[in-house]
Amino acid sequence: MSSANTAHSVVAPSHTSKRVAGTIVIVYALITLIPLVWIFLTSIKSPPDSISYPPKIVFTPTLEGYCNLFTTRTRQTPDYIVALPEPTSTCDEVTRKRNMVIAGPSNFLPRFVNSLVIAFGSTFLAVFLGTLAAYGFSRFKVPLADDLLFFILSTRMMPPIAVAIPIYLMYRELGLSDTALGMILLYTAVNVSLAVWLLKGFIDEIPREYEEAAMIDGYTRLQAFRKVVLPQATTGIAATAIFCLIFAWNEYAFAALLTSGQAQTAPPFIPTIIGEGGQDWPAVAAGTTIFLVPILVFTILLRKQLLRGITFGAVRK
Amino acid sequence: MATPAPIARRVRGLSDRAIAWAFIAPAITLLLAINIFPLLWAIYLSFTNYRANRPNAVVEGVGLRNYERVLTDPDIWQAMQTTAHFVFWTIVLQTVIGFALAYLIDRKFRGHAFWTTVILIPMMLSPAVVGNFWRFLYEPQIGLFAYAASMVTGIPTSEIRMLGDVTLAPWAIIIVDTWMWTPYVMLICLAGLRSIPDYIYEAAEVDRASGWRQFWSITVPMALPFIMLAVLFRGIENFKMFDMVTLLTGGGPGSVTEVASITLKRTAFESWATGRASAFAIILFVAVFGLANIYVKALNKVKQR
Repeated sequence: MSSANTAHSVVAPSHTSKRVAGTIVIVYALITLIPLVWIFLTSIKSPPDSISYPPKIVFTPTLEGYCNLFTTRTRQTPDYIVALPEPTSTCDEVTRKRNMVIAGPSNFLPRFVNSLVIAFGSTFLAVFLGTLAAYGFSRFKVPLADDLLFFILSTRMMPPIAVAIPIYLMYRELGLSDTALGMILLYTAVNVSLAVWLLKGFIDEIPREYEEAAMIDGYTRLQAFRKVVLPQATTGIAATAIFCLIFAWNEYAFAALLTSGQAQTAPPFIPTIIGEGGQDWPAVAAGTTIFLVPILVFTILLRKQLLRGITFGAVRK
Repeated sequence: MATPAPIARRVRGLSDRAIAWAFIAPAITLLLAINIFPLLWAIYLSFTNYRANRPNAVVEGVGLRNYERVLTDPDIWQAMQTTAHFVFWTIVLQTVIGFALAYLIDRKFRGHAFWTTVILIPMMLSPAVVGNFWRFLYEPQIGLFAYAASMVTGIPTSEIRMLGDVTLAPWAIIIVDTWMWTPYVMLICLAGLRSIPDYIYEAAEVDRASGWRQFWSITVPMALPFIMLAVLFRGIENFKMFDMVTLLTGGGPGSVTEVASITLKRTAFESWATGRASAFAIILFVAVFGLANIYVKALNKVKQR
């Protein structure tokens, strides 16, 4: 990328062409943001506002969607509600306005916690195994290295449903159906291929002279790996970890087929949030918002490494 | 490149060979256990009449009958056509829009880095969770998409039934996929455009080549390997498409959006014809793998030019 910071001499785009290009790109960006803005706006609308026609842009924000997301409610008679003691929270208040009382917590929080446990657990394992394997492939002559690396990549090409059929049977035999451990192992296996490919690229870029110098100073190979290579690879390991985390966080097909209760993650749960008379869109939007925010943060942190991550390290910029 | 001899002799502890295997073995073992063993099991099942909802029934070998049934099943061919239609149009749209965006961003207007990051956001999100919300945007009466489409076209919103109409439903899915994944193609194309050294354009400028000519004889051919890489990745991903379609239409209305993965899921987890589903899964896997291999060969040829 030699051209990044040097001005083009004869071939620099003119001011007008820059301005036109900028305008088109910004308009495109703003249009693609509308669905995301709408998710957030819907999450702070009341259910009637959310389904009004024409769609409302100006409305009184409410936390009702978030309240409905985290609770289950039962309908009561107005007399019953009047007789209740003072509401103790905003959600109490909002719920009572609809002639309902909070009956208990919903399943959203446990499903969200499942997502966290499974995503972080599988990411840790995938990066751990991936770093070791990537170092092995990067530094040593491994027989059939190219075939092994291609084999690792090819496991990622299988359609998830095709993999899910035997996994479903295997987990049923092993008692891993609908367990966090089963999902962690499965996501680790899927992510290890990405981790090995990405990290091999990152480790290839660390000059091997560093380790060799350390070994001349009396380090063993393992010490050199721990004290020289790992610190140098921190950025690469962090970027890889975020990619693994995002995959596990977003995954739907395996989660929908292999979990039903105990270990269900947020993606198969969110579409099932219903209120009285159909989908409770503000609650769905609230769940979606909470689910998407971590990814937004990670995308911004990762922006320089994105290209590498999405192409398995094939394009490095 | 092996460690130079003088150093190797002084290394204490484990030999390099032992370390190499100790480092690689755990990852390979996991892949064997969770990917390859199940794949072999699926291959075995594909030759039997096994049904996962009747684990105690006697399992009999049926030879190639499952494969024969899959390959002669008109529903499956219909699903393959639906998949091909989806893959084709998403690739065309994403490549054209993605490349155009990359070309514009490469003009390096003020703030291009910021706007590039903004454009990238959709592709990082969960297709299932966001796809589910698009169902709301597509609602005929109350949805924002129907409202906007009605303003542009003048057709009443109640008639814009994106997910319920047989002709519109496939396009509803293509639109969401394009919204989500155009940034992916854009990012790879951008890397391609940035890999073209300036001096080539300068030389063309000296030769008085027109802008149009430069675009077709420098920009496009030199960015082609990158475009093809993006097409390869998107093609494989969309061939496997399951989550977004499941949440948007579930394959409907009727079966007009039933892509291969959905047919596979129904065969395996609704009809519980595990043997036949396994045969279909193997066929799909071989197809993706075969097509990808042919494509990679073509890609390498383009790169060598």
